[in-house]
Amino acid sequence: MNLSVRIGGLTLQNPVTVASGTFGYGVEYSQLVDLNQLGAVVVKGIRLDPVRGNPTPRTVEVTSGLINAIGLQGPGVDGFIRSYWPFLKELKVPAIINIWGVTVEEYAEVARRLDALGGVGALELNVSCPNIKEGGAQFGTDPRLLSQVVAACRKVTRLPLITKLSPNVVSIVPYAQAAEAAGSDALSIMNSYPAMAIDVETRRPVLANVTGGLTGPCIKPIALKLVWEAARAVRIPIIGMGGIQSAADAIEFIMAGATAVAVGTANFYEPQTPLQVIAGLRQFMLQEGIEDVRRLIGSAQTGR
Amino acid sequence: MVEQTAQIVSNERDTDLYFRVVVRAAQIAPLVQPGQFVHVRILPLKQALLRRPFSVFQVSEGTLSLLYKAVGQGTEVLSRMRPGEELSLIGPLGHGFTVPHPGGEVPLLVAGGYGMAALFLLAERSPQRGIVFVGGRRRADILCEKEFRALGWELRVTTEDGSHGEKGMVTEALLAELKRRVPGRKLFACGPTPMLKAVGRLAAEHNLPAELSLDQHMGCGIGVCLTCVAPIKTAGGWEYQRTCTEGPVFDSRQIAWEAAQ
Repeated sequence: MNLSVRIGGLTLQNPVTVASGTFGYGVEYSQLVDLNQLGAVVVKGIRLDPVRGNPTPRTVEVTSGLINAIGLQGPGVDGFIRSYWPFLKELKVPAIINIWGVTVEEYAEVARRLDALGGVGALELNVSCPNIKEGGAQFGTDPRLLSQVVAACRKVTRLPLITKLSPNVVSIVPYAQAAEAAGSDALSIMNSYPAMAIDVETRRPVLANVTGGLTGPCIKPIALKLVWEAARAVRIPIIGMGGIQSAADAIEFIMAGATAVAVGTANFYEPQTPLQVIAGLRQFMLQEGIEDVRRLIGSAQTGR
Repeated sequence: MVEQTAQIVSNERDTDLYFRVVVRAAQIAPLVQPGQFVHVRILPLKQALLRRPFSVFQVSEGTLSLLYKAVGQGTEVLSRMRPGEELSLIGPLGHGFTVPHPGGEVPLLVAGGYGMAALFLLAERSPQRGIVFVGGRRRADILCEKEFRALGWELRVTTEDGSHGEKGMVTEALLAELKRRVPGRKLFACGPTPMLKAVGRLAAEHNLPAELSLDQHMGCGIGVCLTCVAPIKTAGGWEYQRTCTEGPVFDSRQIAWEAAQ
């Protein structure tokens, strides 16, 4: 049975990864999960300098979901290389580093620094965080800026580039096509959906940041539709994500056209989820007599 | 840190809205240090996704117990679970209290409400007995008095309505004791944030060390989601650190309360 898939020049031993921001830098989960069983480890977003992040409360639980406004707290690229890279580079599976910036030049500089490390699996360009005042989502909601970010990174690295798209657009197609045309090797779909919650007793928004990004099982149908649409518009592979908590969820994304998937918020409440998804996918293929997972990609058909 | 399924041995009402649940958790129980917590997935809770953190109250051969207040949808569902049903636990988690050395500091424990639960293991494992100051709004908020007395600790109870112990705030009872200026003491506190701030202030005024267990909303419990951060002083200023990982117990002098306003 073949579970391996390719994302640009990168081979994953299976199509199950984790979503940036839900898995720290890998090391935090290493006592609970055998990381070497995953398709890849995807780390939290890194920019050039350390980031303090937003005031608290930063998250709020809602029906079948979670709204967060962390503000991309992180150690900056040097802190990342010092504190986390020594662990990640020893893994047998690829480490995909999520990066962001507030200018096109910053994206390119972070990409250049990580390229120079040697051994990084791929770079995921976060052009879609809803919780950052400057940059962030702006790049993800303007196809021209999006192209500039991808092209600038493309110039400084041959590492596979994965562009993570925002769901907060009228149609995802022009964004998917812009990323592809600018040299992106793959797409991640989707980032969190802009949302909020209000405390009726205090009559205040729950989050200190007022709004945040919605994730968890409640966004899965939205993400699935975006993957379906993008898969029909581009040739590059798609990593599907949004509310995956079972193998069936992951298989839906693959059938919609995703080459790989990422488990996100479910890591917070059940760290075994990615491994359970891999086991369930294998089981499904066995039952259905499918030898190669690539035969499932985009296999959902319209018409009765 | 271990993830395991834990069968409920008992789950009984303590007083009012407070409950004690005992679970079989042979892998986690022997590892627990005072002030650490377990992150609990309440499996029948379907709409809410996240685990709930609880300080470990007591441990014995292969079991551990939690003392909780049924205040939200998670704890409310938990309070209706019966012996034989299962929870999923990750633990032990967090950086707990520093147990005093033999002949070292005499601990003064300060608890508000179910904060008492987080302090029991410290009292049990401290080589020196000290005094525990416990406060609450009313009689029903004063928990596990019997267990602390059984350890031979002196208790000073305060309630805001005077229905049990002295009428007043727990920090008033603490201040009265600190005025005696007995040297060689250290404060350990767990309770609501205003109480922790007051304990930190009293410790500074009386030049005593204090360890405070912070109570923050938590997400993943293992250091990745960055929900539970608190402002902690650094050489150059302050930064957000994780209550679940660097905490929940911090040296009170390290907490930059004013920074996060």
